[in-house]
Amino acid sequence: MTRMTAEQAIHRALREELGRDPSVLVMGEGVATKHRDLVDAFGAMRVRNTPLAEAIIAGTAAGAAASGLRPVIDLLFAPFMAYTMDVLVNSAGKLRYLSGGQFSFPLVAMAMTGTGWCVGGQHNHNLEAMFVQAPGLKVVMPSESEDFLGLLKAAVRDDNPVVFLADLGLLHREGEVPDDGDFIVPIGKAAVRRKGADLTLVSYAKAVGVCLQAAEELQARGISAEVIDLRSLKPLDEEAVLQSVRKTGRLIVVHEASGLCGIAAELAALAATKAFDALRAPVARLTGPDAPAASSWALEQAIVPRSEAVVDAALGMVESSPRTAVAD
Amino acid sequence: MTDKATDGAPQRAGFGAGTAVEPARHSTPIQRLETMMLIRAYEQRLVELQRKGAPGTCTSVGQEACAVGVVAALDGRDRIVTNHRSAGHLVARGADPRRLMAEVLGRVDGYCGGRSGSLHISVRELGVVLTSTIVGGELSLAPGVALAQKMGRGKPGGIVTVFFGDGAACEGIFHEALNLAVQWQLPLLFVCENNQWQAFVHRRETMPDNAIAQWAQGHGLPTATVDGNDVEAVHEVAAQAAQEIRVSGRPRFLELVTYRQRGHFEPDDQAYVDPVELQSWVERDPIRVQRERLLAGDLVDQAGLSAMERRVRDRIEAAVAFAEASPWPAPASLLDHVYA
Repeated sequence: MTRMTAEQAIHRALREELGRDPSVLVMGEGVATKHRDLVDAFGAMRVRNTPLAEAIIAGTAAGAAASGLRPVIDLLFAPFMAYTMDVLVNSAGKLRYLSGGQFSFPLVAMAMTGTGWCVGGQHNHNLEAMFVQAPGLKVVMPSESEDFLGLLKAAVRDDNPVVFLADLGLLHREGEVPDDGDFIVPIGKAAVRRKGADLTLVSYAKAVGVCLQAAEELQARGISAEVIDLRSLKPLDEEAVLQSVRKTGRLIVVHEASGLCGIAAELAALAATKAFDALRAPVARLTGPDAPAASSWALEQAIVPRSEAVVDAALGMVESSPRTAVAD
Repeated sequence: MTDKATDGAPQRAGFGAGTAVEPARHSTPIQRLETMMLIRAYEQRLVELQRKGAPGTCTSVGQEACAVGVVAALDGRDRIVTNHRSAGHLVARGADPRRLMAEVLGRVDGYCGGRSGSLHISVRELGVVLTSTIVGGELSLAPGVALAQKMGRGKPGGIVTVFFGDGAACEGIFHEALNLAVQWQLPLLFVCENNQWQAFVHRRETMPDNAIAQWAQGHGLPTATVDGNDVEAVHEVAAQAAQEIRVSGRPRFLELVTYRQRGHFEPDDQAYVDPVELQSWVERDPIRVQRERLLAGDLVDQAGLSAMERRVRDRIEAAVAFAEASPWPAPASLLDHVYA
């Protein structure tokens, strides 16, 4: 194991996949500038700076992917992905289906998002649910360094277009990462970050840390919270969530993105349709508001779900619903 | 079902799903005339079928010389990226009208198993890839296909041709695609079929006259502007441009000036069209131009023309029969091909 930041894990994933498969190429605004060592190792043909024009970056990736290459594109900040929507949603997501399976689009579209840098609403927008709603796309959003590595490598090897979202606030955080050059985290598999019996906290990206902190505080009050890190938003690891909810009977979903038609709403519906008998309390959602991210630290932080709020929600939920014999 | 059938596609050898086949060649003016007639008959038959309840189509009636002239300049190494008004490109490339018709009618024997309908038909084994019905989508995808070609993923010497219209030239992606193709030196032939109509809006309302080729020149692209209703003129400039791309590895740009004789989409009463302007273009109809040229040059006679008309009619009627007999896709297959 080696300690490295999420940013270093991304770099390592690119280096390993470029080295493993000659069809992999990396394109984007400044990737050749940022990853000089990759240009030296793999050549300017495969590590390319692009014009500052997201639509053609994505379009070129889709055209290349359908023609035998495996492009990874760095789009910098997630709101810039609005310029790529036509390509990712209408072409990469649909033309496999509409062509009757004649073409595949093995590409990875990477971008950063999330609070922490005070960059404002046109550089920080957690728009992952928009991509979840687009058929044909997969969406991942890791929290641990080893998942940045393993999920990015899995995304490069996947034959479907994968949107890889990096939470800004996690990029410089360190974590233990396996040294195996073929370490992969399968897309579509959640991770149980903490075992618990009384309630289930589900989140992804930076909010996982919020839930772990809340679980620690809850432990001090005698409540045992299970914490699930989704890692992949599409496909969703429904079974991991259901298994936990069937055990605890209580579900709180926490994410920074707006709650409207979001991941938490989907999981609430999942629990209601497939684990209704097990639920001891209404599902709770702690999410960001239907508002752009403000730049001011005070306002930016106001949209972040806090561990205190998770603790309050958990306490209220446990007090209002009978505890199970199993849990005790 | 489709593998066994033979219907005498022009000079087309072998056919099998997923394998590259030699595309149709149109090496003589007579063959080019017959292919234009085939495209016209195919689309007119679709118009008739629409009136009886079949899905509507975006026809390319009046633009057949653009398709045939350009495609005749390409060979089996090349790839084509096209758009919603693609019947001419597909037929000219040698796509089987039976499977095209089956696709339009939503049947399993269509090239895309009925998932495309008329709007996004691609035929991988003929190198007609990534047809996009989003105006400008074809321009977003084509540089990547050409990049893969440049990086050795296609057949050596192959080029990529992208067909789009004057409407797509008004999209921002037009400029992004041209800029990238020039900067990255991509083997890409841009073909703008300037048919004067952008859905229900005349081109003169949306851009300055003669703007398209000038925009391309502004990006540093060598351009040629030709009469898109003259298949021989189109073929000549396309062959030259294709050869220049093969030698230089750099992009070229063609503007083919033509006219969309039918509506944007069937049905369309074209009440918004100036009848005098339409009539002036009908008089310069590309099939009429080529027919009169060949008659005047004694390259074909009336008997020869009648034989061509008969062959074309027989192929299209066989296509209708094939398509109507083809089964509907099973609803259970609905989710096939969403994900790899």
